[in-house]
Amino acid sequence: MGLSVNLCGIPLDNPVIPASGTFGYGYEFAELYDINCLGTFSFKGTTKEPRFGNPTPRIAECESGMINAVGLQNPGVEKVISEELPRLKQCFHKPVMANVSGFSVSDYAYTCERLNKEEQVGWLEVNVSCPNVHGGGMSFGTQPEAAAEVTRAVKAVTTKPVIVKLSPNVTDIVSIAKACEDAGADGISLINTLLGMRINLNTRRPVIANKMGGFSGPAIFPVALRMVYQVSQAVKIPVVGMGGVSSAEDVIEMMLAGATAVEVGAANLINPFACRDIVGALPETMKKYRIENLSDIIGGAH
Amino acid sequence: MKQGTFQILSNEPLTDSVYTMVLAEDTSAITAPGQFVNIQLAGKFLRRPISVCDWDSETLTIIYKVVGKGTAQMSSLVSGKTLDLLTGLGNGYDLSLSGDKPLLLGGGVGVPPLYALAKNLLAQGKTVSVILGFNKEAEVFYEDAFKALGCSVTVTTADGSCGTKGFVTDALPEDYTYFYTCGPEPMLKAVYRATNTSGQMSFEERMGCGFGACMGCSCKTLTGYKRICKDGPVMKKEEILWD
Repeated sequence: MGLSVNLCGIPLDNPVIPASGTFGYGYEFAELYDINCLGTFSFKGTTKEPRFGNPTPRIAECESGMINAVGLQNPGVEKVISEELPRLKQCFHKPVMANVSGFSVSDYAYTCERLNKEEQVGWLEVNVSCPNVHGGGMSFGTQPEAAAEVTRAVKAVTTKPVIVKLSPNVTDIVSIAKACEDAGADGISLINTLLGMRINLNTRRPVIANKMGGFSGPAIFPVALRMVYQVSQAVKIPVVGMGGVSSAEDVIEMMLAGATAVEVGAANLINPFACRDIVGALPETMKKYRIENLSDIIGGAH
Repeated sequence: MKQGTFQILSNEPLTDSVYTMVLAEDTSAITAPGQFVNIQLAGKFLRRPISVCDWDSETLTIIYKVVGKGTAQMSSLVSGKTLDLLTGLGNGYDLSLSGDKPLLLGGGVGVPPLYALAKNLLAQGKTVSVILGFNKEAEVFYEDAFKALGCSVTVTTADGSCGTKGFVTDALPEDYTYFYTCGPEPMLKAVYRATNTSGQMSFEERMGCGFGACMGCSCKTLTGYKRICKDGPVMKKEEILWD
């Protein structure tokens, strides 16, 4: 039985990847289980400068999901390299996915160039889809030309595979994915969170201080699956599927839709063992659906 | 932090809207008063963070107020049912700084974590004074429980229907070596201003995970950015930076 897949030329023992922003730099989870059972993980979104992020409250609950408006809190790329990556290295011994965001094309290029030099970084996941920051993030991911410009700028200064993470808050995600592919992207990951909000009936004000935030959790799985299905048929580069994945069945469904690997986000926050449990459940679930090798089913539903 | 399936031993009202629940399972992850547990509820996506009131090696007691659908659901659970808990979350109070005569100030459902704190301080031979603040007499709970431990207890109510009329800061004693507090933010601010010693304050925020992964409950302090769930919920007076 084969769980391994190949993501942009780098083998993964299995396709399960904790998504950026739900797994920190790994060590909170490494206290609970050996995180080397994961395919890899995408570490907390990193920017050129340190960021506190948005005011609190940043979190709201929904039916089958949650909204967050953290706003890319991170210590900045220099501290990530000098403090977080050495700690990460102690608990995780595989290539890791570096998630990068920015507020200008040159920001993205700078941060990616710095992280590209780090030995443990396997892939650069370029987030052009954060819904929680102004003047950056998602604004690069809603227009094909802007997404392509970021992709070109990053590709020009890096040697490692570049995976562009796309926003679902667009009219045509396929055209954006194709623009990134044409600009040299090695892979596409999708979807980031859906822009959403909640209002407190007592105060009659938005629950979240930033008013709106990114909606994630099982509720968005069908939307994510549909977009993975569409994008993976339109591009030749690998697609990493994510959005509401919380079980081994969801992983298999995402792969049938066309995902080469699968990220797991919100599920980590309510069950810190979610990714370990999914990896553990994959062999039995594969057997149930008569799957010999996971790599055989990628795009199987096309 | 540990995950465990706890059995409910009892779940009883203390007042109209405040309940006490006793749960049984491995509590070894709990290391300090002021820590909290994060409770999964059927049909609810996020867990509910609730402070630990007291614990021994096999059971833990929580006190919670019904404020929404999740806590209403909790209040309807009967003994024998089980709940999935993450235990041992947060830093808890640092007892080593208390001096000989610590003062404990609790407001509403900020009172519960002070119970195990008082118990532990008394066991170390400290003289413990407690001020419990509520809105009105019908909301008062645990006055007798603190007295039974051996604390000197003062109750304040905003409307004067029980104890001293006013807030916890209207009943401050002359002589105390250190303070520990938990309650709504306006009360914490008042305690911060009114106290003349150092102390520790427990904060509350809407949380995503409760164990430091999501950055949902961050705050700025004089010693850098902190996560209320992981680096807190207890902060030292000297590091607090009010908005």
